[in-house]
Amino acid sequence: MSDPIIKCEGVYKIFGENAKKMLEEANGNVDAKTFQENGCIVGVNNASFEVLKGEMLVVMGLSGSGKSTLLRCISRLTEATGGKIFIEGQNLLQLNNKELIDLRRNKMGMVFQSFALLPHKTVLENIAFPLQIKGIKTEDSISKAMEMVKLVGLDGRENYFPRELSGGQQQRVGIARSLAVEPDIWFLDEPFSALDPLIRKEMQDEFLRLQEKLQKTIMFITHDFDEALKLADRIAIMKDGVIEQLDTPANIVLNPATEYVRKFTEEVPREKVLIIEDVMEASAKDNLSDLKVSKNEIIENVAEKILTQEKTVAVVDENNEIIGSINPSKIINTVFGGRKNNS
Amino acid sequence: MELIRKYPKLFQWLFLLIVFFALCFAIDVPETYKFIRGQAEFIKDPNQSSYVLFGKEVRYYAFDVFWRLPPLLGWLPIWINDSLFFLMNEWMPMEFWNEDTQEFKTRPLVLQITRNVTSFMTFLIELIREILLGGLNTIVAFSSWDWIDANPWAELPGLPWTIVAAGATILAYKLSGKGLALFAALVMIYISIFGQWKPSMQTLSFILVAAPLSFIFGLGLGVAAFKSKRVEKTLYPILLVMQTMPQYAVLVPAIVLFGVGDHAAVIITMVVAVPPMILLTLLGLRGISPEVIEAGKMSGCSNWQLMSKVLIPTARRDILIGVNQVIMVCFSMAVISAFIGAKGLGFNLLLALNQLNIGLALEAGLCISLIAILLDKMSLAWANKQIDYFGNLTFFQRHKNTFFFGIAVILGILFAYFGSFYFKEGYNYLFEIPHNKGISTADFWNKGVDWIFDTFFVYIKAFNTWLIVDVLQPMRALYLRMPAVATLVLVVGAGYIIGGIRSALVVCGLTLFIALSPWWDRALVTTYMATFGVIISCIIGFTVGTLCFQNKNSASFMLGVCDIFQTFPSFVYLIPVMMLFGITDTSVLIAVIVYATIPATRYTIEGLRSVPTALHDAATMSGVTKFQRLFKIEFPLAFPHMMLGLNQTIVFALFMVIIGAFIGTEDLGQYILKALSDKKGAGIGLTLGICVAFIGLIFDNLIRTWVDQRKKHLGIN
Ligand SMILES: Nc1ncnc2c1ncn2[C@@H]1O[C@H](COP(=O)(O)OP(=O)(O)OP(=O)(O)O)[C@@H](O)[C@H]1O
Ligand SMILES: [Mg+2]
Repeated sequence: MSDPIIKCEGVYKIFGENAKKMLEEANGNVDAKTFQENGCIVGVNNASFEVLKGEMLVVMGLSGSGKSTLLRCISRLTEATGGKIFIEGQNLLQLNNKELIDLRRNKMGMVFQSFALLPHKTVLENIAFPLQIKGIKTEDSISKAMEMVKLVGLDGRENYFPRELSGGQQQRVGIARSLAVEPDIWFLDEPFSALDPLIRKEMQDEFLRLQEKLQKTIMFITHDFDEALKLADRIAIMKDGVIEQLDTPANIVLNPATEYVRKFTEEVPREKVLIIEDVMEASAKDNLSDLKVSKNEIIENVAEKILTQEKTVAVVDENNEIIGSINPSKIINTVFGGRKNNS
Repeated sequence: MELIRKYPKLFQWLFLLIVFFALCFAIDVPETYKFIRGQAEFIKDPNQSSYVLFGKEVRYYAFDVFWRLPPLLGWLPIWINDSLFFLMNEWMPMEFWNEDTQEFKTRPLVLQITRNVTSFMTFLIELIREILLGGLNTIVAFSSWDWIDANPWAELPGLPWTIVAAGATILAYKLSGKGLALFAALVMIYISIFGQWKPSMQTLSFILVAAPLSFIFGLGLGVAAFKSKRVEKTLYPILLVMQTMPQYAVLVPAIVLFGVGDHAAVIITMVVAVPPMILLTLLGLRGISPEVIEAGKMSGCSNWQLMSKVLIPTARRDILIGVNQVIMVCFSMAVISAFIGAKGLGFNLLLALNQLNIGLALEAGLCISLIAILLDKMSLAWANKQIDYFGNLTFFQRHKNTFFFGIAVILGILFAYFGSFYFKEGYNYLFEIPHNKGISTADFWNKGVDWIFDTFFVYIKAFNTWLIVDVLQPMRALYLRMPAVATLVLVVGAGYIIGGIRSALVVCGLTLFIALSPWWDRALVTTYMATFGVIISCIIGFTVGTLCFQNKNSASFMLGVCDIFQTFPSFVYLIPVMMLFGITDTSVLIAVIVYATIPATRYTIEGLRSVPTALHDAATMSGVTKFQRLFKIEFPLAFPHMMLGLNQTIVFALFMVIIGAFIGTEDLGQYILKALSDKKGAGIGLTLGICVAFIGLIFDNLIRTWVDQRKKHLGIN
């Protein structure tokens, strides 16, 4: 893949009066406890990672673990206390006000946890707002906004005020607004958590469809592991401001880097995360059944087929060459087996 | 011992009281001590001591330091005066171009600035006044008197009262609907028919200048304070003092800087009206959820766009409530600034009160109150009005109110024109009804007052005498009997017990300022009157509030009554009490009680209402009686809010006590009033005002600290 769109190097965010000084004195060894005793709260602790073009990074962690703070640092809604952030190679923290405004107007979009709609503007005006701020003519911005209204399925309600909409509808306005300027980088802070399960699933599918088409670089915060698995290319798990692990879903489940991540992923259904390749045996045995499964299939999707077989099933790669095998008992083990010993 | 551990606070209080009384008994009243009346302080007397500080001689009666502290701050008023004089007359003389004489003239900078501000204000007021009433001055401002003489037609004609009335009605309709429109129409017709049109429009023009200016400054400063912590920190103490500063007191320095007249009144009104606007702007901006601000930033707003397109529209409601506050303050100032020569209803009211013509005073007062209620309701309706979507209305629907107003203007002009033929005897009633041609009820009221006096004189007098001799005088004597040191110990001790060392220090500073000023005795009298008023007000307010709370309808009704009473400018309260009790301390105290009962009642009801219904239901389910519920659940939970009510009650009472000086009391207010007519009164007036403000702030600090702790303890945010 290509160059990273977002790149963080040792980003710190520490709340409190003499945060900067304390960070310097700590010399890269930030301990949340000692900081707290001195009246500082550690929001983000030494975050280094990259997000590639078209990639979707999902950030997870308990409440207060610093997810929103990390996002705010990268969108420079708060100033990071230390570290470097690059957006498409530009040093974000050194941009002046005008450049920052330009960047936000053209490159970034953000969806907020609590919708954050302007109460005095209608749905249509809310969506057109970033366009009008950019200085686009009223007619053009309104017609563009109308497109967005249709995209998120709110047509017929474009002249409502936010107070007249349900939570789910408001969030759709928020999504439409963030998409109106066609940003390359898209930040979403728990965009679906206020929605009911049905709408949420619909929105997730819609979201995936959009992403397929638009191929944006996305950072997505959620509390819902299912959601993360469904959407993520990679997942970052945070605890007390530290990114404990950043990896593909399968690696996180199979090889948790820390005890915390292991606990965090304990209850995650394996079959939803792992692909056949993760659990197959590399040696292809004889006496295989007729069924062949691709090594890239998620277990959940092929489990039923495999379980109907009595013999071991062959695993094939993209070129339909057999590269390994998997026994139905292995599937049963993965799905029902003791998760603790499994990892 | 165990008791002490169980109720540590109780014993701290007991200990404090013991120390206080011990001090009171231990320190004797010096034989030479007497309450100084009248101007005695200013007369040179061989018994006086004196000292010189910063080149100013301060004379005072010396007592034992424990009894009364020496007035070490006595130089402050003199110093303020001299500085003002220096600023106005000597500081930074510069060359300024003079339009009239067409030459450069040397003038001190401040004087020039105040002159310019003054002429600008005068111009604004005249402009609006002449749009409403007609006149020459605006045109003169753009041309010259010679030109006017040559062109006698050049005069602003003024609007016929029918047009103004129709305009007010249409505006009320637009803001709130039929009900308010009807009220607006009735008020306007009443004003006109009863011949109060001219003074009413004078007052209105004053408000139409003062309110928008206050709004602009308040909004600007509020925004600045929101953006910069430093601005906020600088403004905060000023705002705090201004909230408890009696409005009288600011008048005095204004005279020095701006002279007397409407323009000075507008400036002073701004000084008083801007602080609440700042506070409400701040409140509104603070209330915006940070995510909305972030959404604005992420949309790429520049700072200016963020402020004008995101922050201010989102905080619209609080900002408009601020506008409402500004209008109300302007009204009360419209009356009070009559003391420095502002024209209008306030001036008539003051004149009538001075002549003891209660009937006339009542008419003017009623007019003021009606307009105040109208403007209050209109601005509140504006604040609470939600924006509508206009996108798919036709042109006519969108502009129908403008259209109707246009028709009203044409009709009004036509009426006035025909009127000039119809009413031949010189008064065009369709244009303006002059004062002496309006219906007057003054005689009726005056007769009523006489009748009340004749009939109930004996009882009123007996009540009066009893109150003064048996209650007020002993109470006053008790207050004056407190040695300064004992009072200081009491206040500081209370501060320490309630809020720890920090509170104690703040309170100590405030008290020391008063104790070291030359007016400690007067301050005691002010405090005694306020205390008396507050005690009675609280008893009445808490009782009435609790009773009304028992029923939903009566509670809303009572809150409505409080709303209306609160819109009356404070001065109006003096009218009925003077009617009944004449010119005595009793009158002032009754006005204080009536006025201060409003917040006491309001906060009691609001406090009780704020108790969560879930708790209420839970208690009912566990089978407590109504009485138990009230005492075990509702009172304890509502108490913090009720204490805030007490705080307001104290501020209201202090205001009224000071205003009561107009009737004649022997407290700080009397001196403030005196300072108004004193050439060197600015320093004295300001220092006195600060003293009163500090009395308020002492209680404010103690109560707020206590409430905050209590709220934390109860887990209310
Ligand atoms: N402006 C602030 N000042 C001080 N501390 C803050 C501020 N904003 C956030 N914090 C602290 O930083 C930590 C991380 O907060 P953050 O909002 O990033 O959590 P989060 O992971 O987004 O939680 P949630 O899932 O509840 O949204 C918390 O401990 C919070 O108290
Ligand atoms: Mg968050």
